[in-house]
Amino acid sequence: MHFINRETIQKQTKKRMAVNHLLKTLFFAATMFSLLVLAVLFYRIFTQGFEHLSFDFLTNFASRKPEEAGIKAALYGTIWLMAITGPISIVLGIGSAIYLEMYAKQSRFTRFIQTNISNLAGVPSIVFGLLGLTVFVRMLEMGRSVLAGGLTMSLLILPIIVVAAQEAIRAVPQELQEASYGMGATKWQTIWRVVLPAALPGMMTGSILALSRAVGETAPLIVIGALSYVAFVPDSIWSGFTVMPIQIYNWTGRPQEAFHDIAAAGIIVLLALLILMNSIAVFIRNKFSKRH
Amino acid sequence: MNTLMKSKPLNQNPIQPKQEHKKTVIEVNRLNLWYGEDQALKDIHMNIPENKATAIIGPSGCGKSTFIKTLNRMVELIPTVKITGNIFYREKNILDPKYRVEELRTRVGMVFQKPNPFPKSIYENVAYGPKIHGIKKKKILDEIVEKSLRDAAIWNEVKDRLHENAYGLSGGQQQRLCIARCLAIEPDVILMDEPTSALDPISTLKVEELVKKLKENYSIIIVTHNMQQAARISDQTAFFLNGELVEMDHTSKVFSNPRDKRTEDYITGRFG
Ligand SMILES: Nc1ncnc2c1ncn2[C@@H]1O[C@H](COP(=O)(O)OP(=O)(O)O)[C@@H](O)[C@H]1O
Ligand SMILES: [Mg+2]
Repeated sequence: MHFINRETIQKQTKKRMAVNHLLKTLFFAATMFSLLVLAVLFYRIFTQGFEHLSFDFLTNFASRKPEEAGIKAALYGTIWLMAITGPISIVLGIGSAIYLEMYAKQSRFTRFIQTNISNLAGVPSIVFGLLGLTVFVRMLEMGRSVLAGGLTMSLLILPIIVVAAQEAIRAVPQELQEASYGMGATKWQTIWRVVLPAALPGMMTGSILALSRAVGETAPLIVIGALSYVAFVPDSIWSGFTVMPIQIYNWTGRPQEAFHDIAAAGIIVLLALLILMNSIAVFIRNKFSKRH
Repeated sequence: MNTLMKSKPLNQNPIQPKQEHKKTVIEVNRLNLWYGEDQALKDIHMNIPENKATAIIGPSGCGKSTFIKTLNRMVELIPTVKITGNIFYREKNILDPKYRVEELRTRVGMVFQKPNPFPKSIYENVAYGPKIHGIKKKKILDEIVEKSLRDAAIWNEVKDRLHENAYGLSGGQQQRLCIARCLAIEPDVILMDEPTSALDPISTLKVEELVKKLKENYSIIIVTHNMQQAARISDQTAFFLNGELVEMDHTSKVFSNPRDKRTEDYITGRFG
C-alpha cells in the first residue's frame, strides 16, 4: 500500500510549478516597479540639474540671480553639522551600547531603558526639533547656532546608533569572549581586545548610515531656526548656518523656473554625498564580514 | 626549554612523581549549584590529583560542563547562577568572593568544546594571554609563543605561517592552537570540556596524545562523553548523573569493576 501516488503527483506538479512561476513573476514586477520609479526620478533630476552643475556651483553662495547661485554655504553648513553630530552621537551611542550589552545587569530598569531607546528611534524628527529648540536654543542659550543644530541632530540619531552598536556587539560570538575571560582577562580587556575589534565594522556601518540620515533631515533644523538665506560659511560653532536640504527647499519655493533647475543641481550634490556615505558603509561591511 | 615552567610560583615540585602521587590540587567540598531554581550540581565532593588526567563522564545534561566551569568560575558569567560549598585550589577557597577570578583563571586554564581561536593571527592568538597579563617585550612573547606551540604539538605545522589568520587552520589544528593559547599563560590546571567532540578521528587522536603528554606537567580535568577516550587517556574517572557525582575512582577500576550499579549501566551502554 502506497500513500503517495506517483501519477497524481506528476499531474499536480505542473500546477505547483505554474503557481511558483506566476508568483516569481509578480514579485519581480514589484521590484521592477520601484526601480522604475527611482529611475524616472533620477532621470528628471539629472536632466534638469545637470547643466547647472559646475565647480562654481559648489563655490558660490546663494544669490538672487539664478546664474550666480551656488550651494557653498549649505555644503559647508552640512559639513559643520556632521563634524559636530558625528563625534558626539558616535561616542555617546557606542558608549551606551557597551554599557547596556556588556556591563548592565538585567533588571527592570535596564529593560525600561532598552524599550525607550527602541521607541526613541521611531519618534518623528520634528519632535527632536522641538526638544532642541527648548533645550539647546532657549534654555542653554545657544541661539540658532550650528552647535544647537548639531546637538539636536545628535539626539535624533543617537538611538539609531545605540541600537546598531548593540546589534554589532551581540553578533560577536560568545565563545570568543569566553576564550578571553578564560585566560584571566578583565571585562575591559575583553571589550577592548575582542569585542570592539569584531563589532567595529558593524558599529561604523550603523553610524555612517545614521549620519547620512542626519544629512538628509530638514524638519528639526527648520524648527530650531536654521537660516534659509545664508551668504557666509560658519566660522565657529556659534555661527548661524543652513544645510543642503533647507537650501534646496528654499530654491524650489522660488517662482522663477531657473531656481527649480538649481534645486535639481543641489539635489544631485546631496545625493552624491549620501551615495558616497552609503558606499563607505557598504565597503566597510563587505571588507570585514569576510573575516567570520 | 623548561625555564618558563620552573617560574610557576605554586607548582614547586614539578619533577617528583612519587611524592606527587597523593597530592591534591583541587578539593571540592559540598558543592551545590543552581541555575535560577533548577539545581544542576548536588552536593559534590571530589579530590582532583596533581599531574594526572581526571576524566568526567556522564550522559548529556548531567552537569559535566557546569562542574568544570565552576572550577574556574566561568559559570558565574551566567547571571542566574547560585553556588554554595567550597572549592579549594591549593588550599585556598576559590569561591571566596575575595579570590579574584582573573588570578584564578591564569592558574586554571580552559579549553572549550568548539575550537574558539580569535580572528587574529596564530601568533596573536597565543600571545593574547601573556599580553593581557602585561608582557610587552617582543622577545619574551616570541619565546612564549614558540614554546607554547611546541608543547601543543603544532609548532611544525604553523611555524612558517605564524602571522596568518588562525581561521585558515583546520578544526583539529585550531583546537591544538587553543591548547597552545591556554599553555601560554602557564596554567597549573587545564580544564577541557569535550575538546575533541567537534573533531575528526585523526585530529582527536592527536589531541589525545597531547593530553597524555601534558599531564606530566599539568593537572588535567577532561570532560568527555566518549568512554573509550576516558579509558585511553585518564588516570581517574568520575561518573556524573543528574547533577550528582555517582562514583570516582581509578579509571581501570571504574571501567572494569564499578562500585555503583548506575555506573555499570552507563558504561555498558544501557543508557546515556
Ligand atoms: N545557562 C544555563 N541556564 C539554565 N540552565 C542551564 C544552563 N546551562 C546548563 N543548564 C542546565 O544544567 C544542567 C547541566 O547542564 P550541563 O552542565 O551543560 O550538562 P552536560 O555538560 O553534562 O551535558 C542541564 O539540565 C542544563 O539544562
Ligand atoms: Mg557539556
